[in-house]
Amino acid sequence: MDKKMEKTIQYNSDQVIVAENLTKKFGKFTAVDHISFEVKKGEIFGFLGANGAGKTTAMRMLCGLSIPTGGKGIVAGYDIGTQTELVKKSIGYMSQKFSLYDDLKVWENIELFGGIYGMKDAEIKEKTDRLMKLLNFENERNKLVGSLPLGFKQKLAFSVSIFHSPKVVFLDEPTGGVDPITRRQFWELIYDATSRGITVFVTTHYMDEAEYCDRVSIMVDGKIEALDSPKNLKKQFNAKNMDEVFQQLARKATRNAD
Amino acid sequence: MIMKQLMSFIRKEFYHILRDKTTMMILLGIPIIQMILFGFALTTEVKNTHVAVLAPTNDEAAQRIINKLNASAYFDVTEQIHSTSEIQPIFRDAKAKLVVVFEDHFGDKLRHNGVAHVQLIADATDPNAATSFSFYATNIIAGYQQELMGENKNPYQITPEVKMLYNPQMIGAFNFVPGVLGMILILICAMMTSIAIVREKEKGTMEILLVSPMKPIYTILSKITPYFVLSCINFATIMLLSVFVLKVPIAGSFMSLIVVSLLYIFVSLALGLLISTIATTQIAAMLMSGMGLMIPVMLLSGMIFPIENMPVALQILSNLIPARWYIAAVKAVMIQGLGFSAILKEMGILALMATVLIAISLKKFKVRLE
Repeated sequence: MDKKMEKTIQYNSDQVIVAENLTKKFGKFTAVDHISFEVKKGEIFGFLGANGAGKTTAMRMLCGLSIPTGGKGIVAGYDIGTQTELVKKSIGYMSQKFSLYDDLKVWENIELFGGIYGMKDAEIKEKTDRLMKLLNFENERNKLVGSLPLGFKQKLAFSVSIFHSPKVVFLDEPTGGVDPITRRQFWELIYDATSRGITVFVTTHYMDEAEYCDRVSIMVDGKIEALDSPKNLKKQFNAKNMDEVFQQLARKATRNAD
Repeated sequence: MIMKQLMSFIRKEFYHILRDKTTMMILLGIPIIQMILFGFALTTEVKNTHVAVLAPTNDEAAQRIINKLNASAYFDVTEQIHSTSEIQPIFRDAKAKLVVVFEDHFGDKLRHNGVAHVQLIADATDPNAATSFSFYATNIIAGYQQELMGENKNPYQITPEVKMLYNPQMIGAFNFVPGVLGMILILICAMMTSIAIVREKEKGTMEILLVSPMKPIYTILSKITPYFVLSCINFATIMLLSVFVLKVPIAGSFMSLIVVSLLYIFVSLALGLLISTIATTQIAAMLMSGMGLMIPVMLLSGMIFPIENMPVALQILSNLIPARWYIAAVKAVMIQGLGFSAILKEMGILALMATVLIAISLKKFKVRLE
């Protein structure tokens, strides 16, 4: 009820994600505690935090999967509390777990998600051809996804998550269990997406990946404790690399990882 | 947009089923195997029961009764024994289910005294079967007595004429076809639907679907569609086997049968949906539908054990089993040949169950999004 009493957020068209005092409580437990930040169009925004810090809950709210207990959020110009359907149409999402169907062929997976996002057949076909060339996947097109190596699958999953050209894509620990070379290739795909104007919101455990982000936020116990470019954060905490920055902040955590 | 979403998603569901050949063969094969098992192997009908006889030699009357027993479809006289001490081993070695013992000088006593004794000793480990075949044997002996009376008229005769309504030949298939139908449909709809939905949860793809603009209700509809088609195929298989192989005709209107079956399929799908909202792993979903549906359906639906013979508590419990009402309705239409008006009560109860189940599971499904 008091959500309506709050004034609407002021934001300009350059900001793709705006969070203002975003809060999520489960009973007495406050998973996400009044976080505020904004993400600019075409930016790669790293969302860091130890397990249980509230990253996933915050991300689920921004994706329209979970209704905030308090505060406001705007994603791609839509209110995450009241316009979840419109939010969902404008975003892409790749989860920690592998998110394609193993028993479907490569092109069938693409066709399925294209269909779910309401794309036209001709558009799906044309973009599939282009994607297969880009990924060098032309020989794998008719293979079952389950038969592909993990690195291939991750790249494909990412490509499918941005297949419908969303304004922003949420990546929840996308490179878990992938070797460094494939991770490098994966990040090239991410850069390629931002060059086409897609904003990237990514959570990760790998601190070398945090260095690739334009800006990084670090969550500790449901609050954002630091937010800046990797370069400025290292200066601020007088650290050699992002790992040291993270260690200094994470040490303050009182919550146990779940 | 909605049609496109639905079509893409339903096509995907068919790929899942068609590519998992083993499961598909099992799903399509189960009804055939069950019909054959219940129809030919697990029958409770009395047919060719092995009989041993202990009769005095050269006794014409006893021999005629033995011939009559042997000539009937119910019995095969397989053993001739010569002393009462041989009776025990016959049962112990399971050589016969029934021993017919004629007293000494059976024919003479019958002719001269008008009274002679014959003893029927039955293996009652299966009490129902023992009751049936000793009843048949008694009838055959009584039939012989009737013949004798024809020669020597008794002025006082009461002849009860028993008529077995709806199933004059007492064919067991009349009872189990509705039962198998009730079980298969709930198995395919509830178990397979719940497993299919839980599989997406387990693999993490459900999250992707929830983030997509696809409405949960369409996700559910698409998941249900292929199993609905499978159920219809199974329904057709069972009907064809029943009519052409087991010779159980559809006495009433086929339309009524289809309407009540569709309603029952709907109830089962709703149950599957409910299970999927509770279970988090495929194994749990399978156990819940296996233990929670299959066994109660087999034991409490009246499929195998008559509900009237159950203790009151179980009778009350059986009211909650959808299969009970469905099986009753199928029996009324298919076997008794009654019209639609005769199954209104069953239809009403099934419709109520469907409404309640759908309401609960849709509510639960929404809660999960939170």
